[in-house]
Amino acid sequence: MAALENLLAAMSPMNFLLALGGVIAGTVIGSLPGLTATMAVAVLVPITFSMEPASALILMGAIYTGAIYGGAYSAILLNTPGTPSAIATTFDGYPMAKRGDGDLAVTLACIASVVGGLVGATFLLVLAPPLASVALAFGPVEYFWLAVFGLSLIAALSEGNLIKALMGGCLGLLLSAIGVAEVSADIRLTFGSQVLVGGIETVSALIGLYCVPVLIDLVATPDKHLKVSTQSKGLRLREAFSISWRNKFNLIRSSVVGTLVGILPGAGGSIAGLVAYSEARRSSREQEKFGKGAPEGIQATESANNATVGGGFIPTLVLGIPGTPPDAVILGALLVQGVKVGPNLFTSEGSIVYTFIWGLFLATILMLPTGLIIGRYAYRSIIAIPKALLVPTVAFMTLIGTYSIRNSTSDVVIMVILGVLGWVLGRLGFSASPIVLGLILGSIAEQGFVQAWTIGSATEDLFGMFFGRPISLAIIAMIIISLFGPSLVRLFARSRANEEKQP
Amino acid sequence: MQATLSTLFKGVFVAALTLGLASTSTSAEEFPSKSISYIIPFGPGGESDISARHQQSHFKKLIGQDLVISYKPGGGGAVGWSQLNSMGKDGYTIMGINLPHIIIKPRQKDVGFKTDDIEGFYIFHYTPDAIVVTNDSPFKKLQDVIDFAKENPGKLTFSGSGKGTANHLAQITFDKLAGIKTTYVAFKGTGAAVQALLGNQVKGEWGYTSVGAKHAGKVRLLAVAMEERHPSFPDVPTFKELGYDIVSGAYRGIAVPKGTPDEEKKKLSDAIAKINADPEFRKTMESDGFALIDIPVDKYDDFIAEKTKGYVEAAKSAGVLK
Repeated sequence: MAALENLLAAMSPMNFLLALGGVIAGTVIGSLPGLTATMAVAVLVPITFSMEPASALILMGAIYTGAIYGGAYSAILLNTPGTPSAIATTFDGYPMAKRGDGDLAVTLACIASVVGGLVGATFLLVLAPPLASVALAFGPVEYFWLAVFGLSLIAALSEGNLIKALMGGCLGLLLSAIGVAEVSADIRLTFGSQVLVGGIETVSALIGLYCVPVLIDLVATPDKHLKVSTQSKGLRLREAFSISWRNKFNLIRSSVVGTLVGILPGAGGSIAGLVAYSEARRSSREQEKFGKGAPEGIQATESANNATVGGGFIPTLVLGIPGTPPDAVILGALLVQGVKVGPNLFTSEGSIVYTFIWGLFLATILMLPTGLIIGRYAYRSIIAIPKALLVPTVAFMTLIGTYSIRNSTSDVVIMVILGVLGWVLGRLGFSASPIVLGLILGSIAEQGFVQAWTIGSATEDLFGMFFGRPISLAIIAMIIISLFGPSLVRLFARSRANEEKQP
Repeated sequence: MQATLSTLFKGVFVAALTLGLASTSTSAEEFPSKSISYIIPFGPGGESDISARHQQSHFKKLIGQDLVISYKPGGGGAVGWSQLNSMGKDGYTIMGINLPHIIIKPRQKDVGFKTDDIEGFYIFHYTPDAIVVTNDSPFKKLQDVIDFAKENPGKLTFSGSGKGTANHLAQITFDKLAGIKTTYVAFKGTGAAVQALLGNQVKGEWGYTSVGAKHAGKVRLLAVAMEERHPSFPDVPTFKELGYDIVSGAYRGIAVPKGTPDEEKKKLSDAIAKINADPEFRKTMESDGFALIDIPVDKYDDFIAEKTKGYVEAAKSAGVLK
């Protein structure tokens, strides 16, 4: 009966309004490159002081959920991830938009986000305390291998240009080393310049590498930005639902991947999206379609990144260790409210936690109608605005967005330089994604390696540290499959074909 | 997208308008006559942010104006501190400062500011260093740690937040005083260091009293680096009681851009002192594991000079400074 009570508490008019307003505001904020979920939540903190803890959590959770979904708009329509979680959404979303299916892509992203959000929230509701132990089982060496696994996706994403993709990945790794090293406190590769002391901020690099080349190309070519079909097709809801139903296994698998990665503190939505994307691609029978506008790619990324919301709350609420950066802010707000997180929270303050979880369900479901309407509006605006207006507007947004991440003009300069560099490299056949993968995963890999090496040396068991732990071995196996799987399958297929020829 | 754009434009417009109005207000009014911008040179959600949020909720009540918190993270605080002195000098811009960061960083390399460039006006609390172990750890008291380390030199692993930080310097100092050798594993922030402790990746953590408060029930503190025992942990001895002279931790204070009038500095210092004296504020801060101290504007320079000596010495023996 307590469950019903909490459900009703979550549905109170006040909480309903907070969930609705939160999702709408979050979606809008997330769609603007540079305005991230973390910032959206941080801005809200003072407002939540005067609220009941459960209401405060619902509002912040709703904004967070909305922002992660909103990142898909700019990824699909402008090839610019609105938040790092939407990096892999650009791979197929933008090609779909270019060929005139932008409306379908936005609707697919909305459905996938809702499914992912619901799966993540279900895990949070049912299995939070046992799943929190996953976060603890992941030691430094597991993070190292996970990052290496992420880097192995460069091979999968290279599209026949492996050498160039690897060079891009190395450039990204180098970029990640700039500034104050997190674990050694060394100041590296700044060349005496204070501009670089703060390192390359990931979101500003995303904006530069993805968005600026699109803007330059828009100016350089006379074509329309996106192809528009002559008759308006509306939301294409029926089509989107039938594609989603056909790919239900992809959606569920990606949502589970997203939840699990979300549980790991420090990994986050970007890695969840990338891992789910590569899994969807690997298990697909039409691998060659990925990267050229496959709906499955959008579905995998968008369901996975929204599942990290529920997943990330698991270590946050059970262990008091924030699963994702927005969770860190929410945890801080809870501390100020006087709510002590921990395993006891689910029993002693059960009404707060369960009211919040039902509120998260509510916000996720509300995202379907609001997301579709806002998405429709975003799509129509982007195709209706003439290029002469679109380019300066987006350019202005990239500058404001980059500056606002940490109120830094250095970041704006770095963003523009990376943007021009990205455009030049793009003309030479290098794509942005390997560089970004290197930049994001480089520091995770480095920290994990240094920590594992230090602990392994201290206990005089370096080999056992890197190759003797079950989870590590499982990840290493995944790396091997990801790197050599395709060629093994091809070999196998060829030998089978030969056998059949010679009965 | 149009909607989002117009919201953005509106935001910029309103911000510009507010700035315009703000600059025309006369200085003859009672300070502070409008909201104060409080910049945290770290990301949201960390301990610097949380302690600022605690102040924020009391500032409005006691001083009558809003404290508006924003973030300028990067370079372990260096990005914010190197820009502090170019900000508005009317007392309406203040920035959080952290020790040992502002002492160690500029001595490592040119990070765009020197310790003396920072015009601090108050140090309001510190999180005392503490040795933290999990509840099922075989180490029941500090002596167990020392005995194990003596038998297994270098094999005892401690997680901690970063290098050249309060945690790291405390580990170096303690090893020297106790005559032992342990291995320090640096993690990105206290959250990651606790995660490693709870997951048994390391045998203990050089953490803070706040870790004990936040994860009560799963961890215990073996000793705290304070003058006297922490009110939230009456059973945990201080290092001093056990014969090791360590009183240290991460100190947090607030600074103004150089050139801010002394009168405003004094008033800001008084405002923070007033919050520090508020019983409700004290209670929440202490239950979070923080320890409150009062170093107002006139005692700031002496305090920094005294702390600099200890930190620099420890950092030199840690190899963080040459």
